Amino acid sequence: MATTAQPGASLMGASVRRKEDPRFITGTGRYTDDLKLAGQTYAAFVRSPHANATINAIDASAALAIPGVHAVLTGEDMKKAGVNPIPPGWLHPGIKIAEYRALAVGRVAHVGNAVAVVIADSPTIARDAADAVVVDYTDHPAVADAVSALKPGAPLVHADAPGNVVFTWQLGDAAATDAAIAGAKTVVKQHLVNQRLIANAMEPRASLASYDPAADELTLYVTSQNPHVHRLIMGAFVLGIPEHKFRVIAPDVGGGFGSKIFIYPEECVVAWASKVVGRPVKWTATRSEAYLTDAHGRDHDTDVEMAFDANGKIVALRVKTVANLGAYLTLFAPAVPTYLYGTLLSGQYNIPAIHVDVTAAYTHTTPVDAYRGAGRPEATYVLERTLDVAARQLGIDPAELRRRNLIAPDAFPFQTAVALQYDSGNYEPALDKALAMVDYKGFRAQQAAARAKGKLLGIGLSSYIEACGLAPSHIVGSLGAQAGLYESGVVRIHPTGKVTVLTGSHSHGQGHETTFAQIVASELGCTIDDVEIVHGDTGRVPFGMGTYGSRSGAVGGAAIFNSLQKVKEKGRKIAAHLLEAAPEDVDFAGGNYFVKGSPSRAKGFGEVALAAYLAHNIPADMEPGLEATTFFNPGNFVFPFGTHIAAVEVDSETGQVTVQRYVAVDDFGNVINPMIVDGQLHGGIAQGTAQALWEGAQYDSNGQLLTGSLMNYAIPKAEFLPNFETDRTVTPSPVNPLGVKGAGEAGTIASTAAVANAVIDALSPFGITHLDMPLTPAKIWSAIQGAKGGN
Amino acid sequence: MYPASFEYHPAASVQDALALLAKYGDEPKLLAGGHSLIPVMKLRFASPAHLIDIGRIPALSAITDGGSAVHIGATARHASVVSSPVVRQKVPLLAEVASHIGDPLIRNMGTIGGSLAHADPAADLPAAMLALGATLVATGPAGTRTIAADDFFTDVFTTALHPGEMLTEIRVPARGAGSGGAYEKNPDPASGYAIVGIAAQVQVSGGTITAARVGMTGLGPKAMRLAAVEGALTGKPATAATVAAAAAHAADGLVFVDDARGSAAYKGNLARVHTRRALARALAAATA
Repeated sequence: MATTAQPGASLMGASVRRKEDPRFITGTGRYTDDLKLAGQTYAAFVRSPHANATINAIDASAALAIPGVHAVLTGEDMKKAGVNPIPPGWLHPGIKIAEYRALAVGRVAHVGNAVAVVIADSPTIARDAADAVVVDYTDHPAVADAVSALKPGAPLVHADAPGNVVFTWQLGDAAATDAAIAGAKTVVKQHLVNQRLIANAMEPRASLASYDPAADELTLYVTSQNPHVHRLIMGAFVLGIPEHKFRVIAPDVGGGFGSKIFIYPEECVVAWASKVVGRPVKWTATRSEAYLTDAHGRDHDTDVEMAFDANGKIVALRVKTVANLGAYLTLFAPAVPTYLYGTLLSGQYNIPAIHVDVTAAYTHTTPVDAYRGAGRPEATYVLERTLDVAARQLGIDPAELRRRNLIAPDAFPFQTAVALQYDSGNYEPALDKALAMVDYKGFRAQQAAARAKGKLLGIGLSSYIEACGLAPSHIVGSLGAQAGLYESGVVRIHPTGKVTVLTGSHSHGQGHETTFAQIVASELGCTIDDVEIVHGDTGRVPFGMGTYGSRSGAVGGAAIFNSLQKVKEKGRKIAAHLLEAAPEDVDFAGGNYFVKGSPSRAKGFGEVALAAYLAHNIPADMEPGLEATTFFNPGNFVFPFGTHIAAVEVDSETGQVTVQRYVAVDDFGNVINPMIVDGQLHGGIAQGTAQALWEGAQYDSNGQLLTGSLMNYAIPKAEFLPNFETDRTVTPSPVNPLGVKGAGEAGTIASTAAVANAVIDALSPFGITHLDMPLTPAKIWSAIQGAKGGN
Repeated sequence: MYPASFEYHPAASVQDALALLAKYGDEPKLLAGGHSLIPVMKLRFASPAHLIDIGRIPALSAITDGGSAVHIGATARHASVVSSPVVRQKVPLLAEVASHIGDPLIRNMGTIGGSLAHADPAADLPAAMLALGATLVATGPAGTRTIAADDFFTDVFTTALHPGEMLTEIRVPARGAGSGGAYEKNPDPASGYAIVGIAAQVQVSGGTITAARVGMTGLGPKAMRLAAVEGALTGKPATAATVAAAAAHAADGLVFVDDARGSAAYKGNLARVHTRRALARALAAATA
């Protein structure tokens, strides 16, 4: 139940209604495309229709002849102007970095690769002119899937990446894993395809750049999850603009799911072009452009071997994965199928030996990078799908097989075989709670009765762990990250006691304006309406690493919390001075400082704030003002976990799947706003279910995207989904002062395997042990026919 | 996406619209609800130089009780068809089919005439027109003529309308006693269009099926009647066995291809399964 703010009451754990929603639901949000600057022009891109082609010539004469066209700019123009390629932000030893130019020079490597840009007085003129640009290409054979790309003789994506290998990466003890598998009672083998997905944020990407020649300053409004990262990389590495002359603003942003982390060609072009034409330049993606150019997600091809002893205990896990990274390396791409994937392959389980071997491939497709969950859904799918295959092979109930292998609650901190150290966890209560909620035993009885009547019911578990709250800077630095992953938080108390918070986290759907205000209100005893959360503007927020990897609460929130402690502590000294008491004798509660034991000797927080700014009567050695800054650098990841269970019915005549029930028990540590956490979970479950049942990007062998629109790429609709039943266990994280863990990605991480397992469970009477996602009706029906034929 | 530039002409009357059609020859397109036309213009798959807006013509969207038939103006919105008391009472199958179109936003804007004249091979309404034996009224420079639904859909996105003509009214025979209909749709999860949609209307008298019309959309180049199914129903007892035997003919004579929506075998199966389900419900409605 949503509650409204009560002054003085702790708002931690309260389902406070979102402060930001009135402007979103009344159409007064301020998105990049809503902005209009004086003299604004519009960009339209000329894009390659070919996946692999040489650019012989670009003829812009017809486009330039159209009235209202200011310029047609090409990759050669950009290169001559000294604009650099866009670099990846995470490196591995031996990585082959292909030159990723904002506008292609000489050749294109995927359909949609930008070749030229038109700047014109209106979007329509820009589009007309872009269509009038004639590009002479020589088309070459292309390769779209990674397994084919790694085969000898495959079309080469980049001359300097032989065999299309971006890098190879391994983690774990290969020899110990080999030995354990060789000596195991049972080895379960499974080939798994984790198909490519497209994020589909509701707001398409957009950017608007304006150059001020008087100050030599560039301002860029952009749909970014991390404006400071945009400023750093675009300024320092691509455009060569010093940070103090470059302001990046990410205003209201309508969803990201990871796809708005990265530095994209279009925003680099718009920023550069605004200086070239001397006018503000705006670009807003069409949905068609979003499909072709927003970074895609997942796209793994994996062979798993999971080895068991006679008691059903896992003794080893060997994973070989080919990851498709598309045509170019975007910001996080090298980290996703490696450090965000291989390190999670122990899951909730005590697996003594694990080895993972990843080969990342270039293909003639849209770049692949982080998409909600980023590596962790892939890891969870590998473990949880394989465990279900194993359960059937071993004749052990899937819930029981998981239970036997859980890390014991007294084993924490637990060092996995794949580098991570889990600081805390207690997995069995979440498993038990989820089984009880879904009435697992009752369902199995119902399932047996239904099967006798030819009805196909199935149930699927997914017991997941994820590492989020990215991340300890020294650890990610040692692993190849080209940045630290701390967060900044400024708490500025105004003379009246009202509060402005500047955070480097960025809200694009997460509700930070509410949850962060709840932290402030709870600490200072004010209402959330007394608090303004400022984010998304490098001109106001000192620095920030942005929002992804479920890090805002655990890292950004912690920075704010620590700044609040600094402010409160300074306030205590001022209050003690005013109350003529020793600071250690002054307590703070309900918005008042008071002398211990005599609550009537008190000063309100506002009075203290005013005193801090008047500075007429503060301790002699104290600076005036009341403001604090924290850069919070977490000591470890946080490790949310839980068990999700899906129950489905499959129509054997049509293959249609109906998700009947969905139960989620999660441990997010302390929860600031349960309603918002449930909302995050619901969206994530919808997206993860969609991967299991509906979504999948498909390319043909020429590298043409076949699923390039909402008409043929099936995102989930509310009517496809049941009401989600959620509950939680609470194991506070020890790595941040709030005891919180990330909740933004868990739904996506857990649900795909739960739903896929449920469908395969429903099909088990036919002897079907696995089908690759998406589990479409046509695929299910064909499998049933195949099984019947086989009988 | 931005469409190519075009000239917009609001038509005040049918005569006005016809005059504009005549004036601009091959270049114009009629704009009604716009929910098929505008998307293809935005994608620049179509770039008509002139749009003639018939959505503002008074009375062209009226739904009236014509006694033995319901008369529906060409620009009646899908939502109006769904909620119309006269449609719900006299041709409930049409209300059911229209309720499956797109989503509420589309149903609030899209029009019955627009959908039929567009003749998308996966649209819902053509199947209903065939099952209900509707008559489509076309108005052109030479006056008004009627076209049976059976003759209206000629190919992919192609109808029997002549250049310079416009669809002005749809006449749907009212359901009599012992008549029942049902629509069984298997929607594509992305677009919501029918992978297959089977609309069936059956007449039962004294326990015998005396007439049956079955319209199929989605699996062919155009909506079509399933003649073999209808033939296996007429004169037979109104039983589940009859339905099962008739539905087995649902894919007779149809040629399917393997594509992203499934194998040819799967599509044939869908045709049979949804035909059986539609007929079972239609029979139940007829004998209720």
